[in-house]
Formats: sequence, structure tokens, C-alpha cells
Amino acid sequence: MYAYTDFDHSFVRNRVAQFRAQVERRIDGSLTEDEFKPLRLMNGLYLQLHAYMLRVAIPYGTLNSAQMRQLAMIADRWDKGYGHFTTRQNIQFNWPLLGDVPDILDALADVEMHAIQTSGNTIRNVTADHFAGAAADEVADPRPVAELIRQWSTDHPEFQFLPRKFKVAVTGSPNDRAVTAAHDIGLRIVERNGAIGYQVLVGGGLGRTPMIGKVLADFLPQADLLPYLEAIVAVYNLLGRRDNKYKARIKITVHETGLEEIKRLVTAEFAARKPLFTGVDQAMLAAITAQFAPPAFDAGPATPVLAASAAYRAFVDTNVTAHRHPDYAIVTISLKAHGATPGDATADQMRVMADLAQSYAHDELRISHEQNVILPHVPRRHLPAIHAALSDAGLATANVGLISDIIACPGMDYCALATARSIPIAQEIATHFDALKLEHEIGPLKIKISGCINACGHHHVGHIGILGLDRAGVENYQITLGGDGTADAVIGERAGPGFGAHEVISAIERLVMAYLDLRTDTSETFLQTYRRTGLAPFKAALYPSEARSDAA
Amino acid sequence: MASVFTPKVVTANALFEGDVVYLAADGDWTRRLAEADLFTNEAAAALALLDAEARAHEVVGPYLADMTAGPQGPQPTHFREAFRTRGPSNYAHGKQETV
Ligand code: HEM
Ligand code: SF4
Repeated sequence: MYAYTDFDHSFVRNRVAQFRAQVERRIDGSLTEDEFKPLRLMNGLYLQLHAYMLRVAIPYGTLNSAQMRQLAMIADRWDKGYGHFTTRQNIQFNWPLLGDVPDILDALADVEMHAIQTSGNTIRNVTADHFAGAAADEVADPRPVAELIRQWSTDHPEFQFLPRKFKVAVTGSPNDRAVTAAHDIGLRIVERNGAIGYQVLVGGGLGRTPMIGKVLADFLPQADLLPYLEAIVAVYNLLGRRDNKYKARIKITVHETGLEEIKRLVTAEFAARKPLFTGVDQAMLAAITAQFAPPAFDAGPATPVLAASAAYRAFVDTNVTAHRHPDYAIVTISLKAHGATPGDATADQMRVMADLAQSYAHDELRISHEQNVILPHVPRRHLPAIHAALSDAGLATANVGLISDIIACPGMDYCALATARSIPIAQEIATHFDALKLEHEIGPLKIKISGCINACGHHHVGHIGILGLDRAGVENYQITLGGDGTADAVIGERAGPGFGAHEVISAIERLVMAYLDLRTDTSETFLQTYRRTGLAPFKAALYPSEARSDAA
Repeated sequence: MASVFTPKVVTANALFEGDVVYLAADGDWTRRLAEADLFTNEAAAALALLDAEARAHEVVGPYLADMTAGPQGPQPTHFREAFRTRGPSNYAHGKQETV
């Protein structure tokens, strides 16, 4: 893992000291809210519906046990004993007091964490495949380059006031688990004739105008990465629509300017900037890469196979993924116990996960954009012990990738921008299908829920997407179908008119029953069936009375 | 004919805790909607909001929220304001644990 340099330490401490003084001046009345708001947002502090919220970056989703324990300590000491892991590999604390935030930031700095650039019109936390460094299908670990981008973009003087927020994601595997196509810039590490390079996507994004990223460069040599990224962001910085917040993201810039023209401008800008990079960036990348060397894998002695319980077998089938080392496994810990809030972990649960990582799994943890926690390097012989410990902590739900493994944004339970709630809908879907005992029968199915058009819950790329709206003062939920966040990303299609809060669950049930009827056999997933049949049969299931009147 | 004015309260978030507060008739901030001053006159509401905006060292983001007069004082007309009187629905946190 990356370890802070002296420069990093003093930079982060200075920012905390600066913010401490700003908070004091806000509280004593010398700063107005208008003056203070941009300052707090630069440090990840939002004001939500019922309280402040502090968003802490977990760079490329990687953390060690000491960091996880510190998050638990913060949750206990300054919050209400839990934290919310988000789709952008951040953790949010929902109840900090304004005056305590500088102390929280100091406690984060103690374990090399911070909340800088988790808000504002800057380059945000760089996200990466949560299986990085462990996946069997990986070309290269995406985290060194994610860290390089983080160092380059943090406090970059040219890019502190971009037209709008800017999100970068990196995958090192052809099986895109980082939804790179839905980011302002998506990077895919590829290999060509033995050389490592990047496929660069630009202009992806969700929100009110969802767009899939377009390929700007098919194979960018490794050494060109930073000057090329700088060229893209510089072109955007000039062209981006500062006149209209809803048109300010780079996806609109690319859409309005045209990919070819953007390509021409970026190429010209790149030519001017490339000579300014003297190779320091590549030396830094090499040094960073060394810090991400894989752990010394040690399969250990073979242990006798014990008779396994059904719960253990289900857990291994559903939550365990192949590792690049044959005697290792990747374990996904579901933060989606049926009826729980997606992405929430209590301080006690955080400590259990930290202990497991430290005792059994090379001290590494990951946060996935699907709001789960991952132990990336687990010797297979420890799986039974890990499963037992997770069960005791209420963390052994075997539902990863299934209907109850739902992404849900905070919605109107927390978020000031929300038009409806998302969390209760997720809770109800999970408990409903758990009660029906249908979850494993249904198989892989991704439901994603957002509480407003901003799409923080990724509903556009859910196989079933749910968008909460306010229809004449009543919560109303619009359903999209067929979205996909993987390598060949697709934006879902709107199925038709929305449903009231009490009608959503039965609408989802009708969709699922239609799928079970329509699928050729159990190997055809919901998404495959949808692609084969198209919207029509699902629409008929969703709106049965209309289907009848059409037939009449 | 002038359109009917929907009664309003002045509401904001407390500077230190972020908790939802309402302007009471005595000019203090209260955490309970029942104690909020209900303005039935548009000009009075607008003036109260101006006053509240000047109290930036106490609250953040004051605005006028639509209400109706109920037996227990002002009552929200919109679900967002109803949620703000309670707290989140997934845990008994916020006002529902304190007020
Ligand atoms: C205080 C809470 C939040 C606020 C105010 C907020 C605000 C926003 C806004 C305004 C957008 C739309 C941006 C645009 O289209 O230009 C957005 C998009 C997004 N947010 Fe949030 N958000 C919040 C919480 C979250 C959380 C909890 C997550 C992760 C679970 C998240 C992840 C995202 C993602 C993935 C997108 C869509 C991708 C994109 O186009 O940027 N946000 N958010
Ligand atoms: S999608 Fe809307 S409601 Fe959900 S977190 Fe984002 S801004 Fe808030």
C-alpha cells in the first residue's frame, strides 16, 4: 500500500490546521455561510437534511486494518456508531458536529486519510477496481496509476476551479468492475505487443443526462498518461459550460463539441505539454508501483476439508471470487444484510473486518462501488474461520450480485437534494425476496436506486434501476430496465410511468416473475433475457391492465 | 383576485449541529415544529426571513416552508418537511431520538 511521504503528512496536517481556523471563524461569526461553504466543501463537509455530513476519501477503495479501526473509532466517538460506504469508494459520517470536524480530520491524518477534494469542482477521489491486485483476470494493478493521478490532481493549481466536478476511474482488467464508462475519464489498462498502455474513455457520466464514455485514445503509451490527462482537463477547463450547471460536465462538452474536435484539441494541447514532463512522473510511478508489490503469497499447509454447513457453502458460492493465486480467494463481505441499510457498517463490524484482514488476509481491505467490503487476499484455508467470524458479526449474508445486493444512495433520509427516499425501498425489496426464498433461484440481478435525478445510486446502469421522484407532493418511483455498468456499458430504458412507494415492491416482483417465466433455462440471467426479448414482455408484466386493454 | 397565501414557517439548520430548527414567536430558534411561529401574512413572512438571514452565526440556509395550521401547531404540507421534523427512516436518529 502507498505510505505517505513527509510532504504528504505536512500537506494534510496544514490543511487540517487551516480548516480548524476556518471553522473557528465560522462559529465566532467572522465568516458568513456564503464565505464558509466553499471552504467546508473543499474539505468534504456537507450540510444535509438533518445534520452535517463528512465525506472521507478511501483512495481507489484500498485501506488497511489500522485505517478501518480508526474509521470505527471516529464513528463511535464523533458520530452515531456507524458509517456509510458509498459508490464512490468514500465513507460518509452522517452526524458530525461542526466544531468536531477538525478533530475528526486530525484523527484521519493520523492514519494517512483525509477528506480533501471529496467535493467541489475539482478532480475527485480516483476510484479503481475493488479486486485490484488480486483478480485472476487482471492485466495490471490499476492502483499505482490511480495513486499517481491522485498525487498529480490533489491541489493541482490549474484544476481547483473546474467548470464542474471531475471523476476518474481506472480498471486493470477487461472485466470492468469500476464502471469506467460512467466517469468523466475512464482508464482501462491494456496490453499490446507486450507493452502496457491505456484505453482512454472520456465524457461518461450519469446524472440528469446519462452518457457512456467515448474512446478518445485506444492505446495511450504509459509514459504519456499524465500529460494526456492534463491536456484533456485543460481543454475541458476552457470549453466547459460555466454558464449552466446542468451542462457543465465534460460529457456535455464532448457531446456539444464532438469527439473528433475534442480529440484534435487534446492532441494539440498534449503536444505542448508533453515536453514539460521530464520523466519525473514515470520515476514516481515506478516508486509507487513498488509500494503496491503483491503480498508474499503463502498458501500454507493444506487443511483437511471439514464437512461444510449449507450456510458456508452458500457463502463460498456467492461471496468468494477466484484469486490470481490458486490457493487464495477474494472474499466480498456483504453490507446488505436483508433489511439493513445498503453500505452501512457499525463500528463493531468495522473492527471485526479489520481484525480479519489483519489476522488472515495480509492486512488489506477494499471498498467496492457496490457498497461492500472486500478482503482481497485470503488464503483459502482460512475461509471457514473467516465465515464463522463474519456470521457472529452479522456480516455473512450470502447475497453478493443477487437481488438484495442493492446499491442505494442516501436519498431523502439524509440528502438535501433528494426528491424521494431510496433506503426504505432497498430495505423492502431485500426483505421481500428473502421471505420468498427466491434470491438464489433468480440469480445475478443488479438493482440500483437513486433518490433524485443526480443518479448517485447508479440507477441508469442497474439491470433494474429505480429513480425516486416527487410527483405532485408524493414519492414516486420510475423504473428503468436493461442498464449495465460493465465493460460494454448500457444506459437502461425507461419502462413507463412511475409507481407509488407502496406499489414498487409488487412491480419489482412482477418483473422478476416475468423473467423466471421468460428465461430459456436457469443459466440465462435477467440481463441476458432482457436483451433477448427486449422491453415488451417486461412492460406487459409491469403494466398488466394496459396490456389487457391493448389486447382488447 | 390575489392568490391565497399558504401559511409558512421560517426554518433552517442550526450552525453547530446541523439540526433542523424553526423560528418561534419569541424570536428564538426551536427544534420543535409545534413551537414554530406560523405566518399567515406574506409580508410578515418575508420580513421574518430577512431577519433570519441576518442571523448567520446561529443558523444555515433559512427559508420559508409551507405549512397548514393544525391542532398541534403548524403541520407540513410536503413529505420533505415531514421528514425534517423527525429524522431518517432507517434509524431512530435525529429529532425522533431527542425531541
Ligand atoms: C450530500 C450528499 C450528496 C450530494 C449533495 C450529491 C450530489 C450529486 C450531484 C449534484 C450529482 C450530479 C452531478 C452532475 O450530473 O453534474 C451527483 C452525481 C453522483 N454522485 Fe452524488 N451526491 C451526494 C451523495 C452521493 C453518495 C452517497 C454517492 C455514493 C453512493 C454519490 C455518488 C455519485 C455518483 C456515482 C454520481 C453520478 C456520476 C456522475 O455523473 O458524477 N453521491 N451527486
Ligand atoms: S441521487 Fe440525489 S438523493 Fe441520491 S445522494 Fe445523489 S443527490 Fe442525493
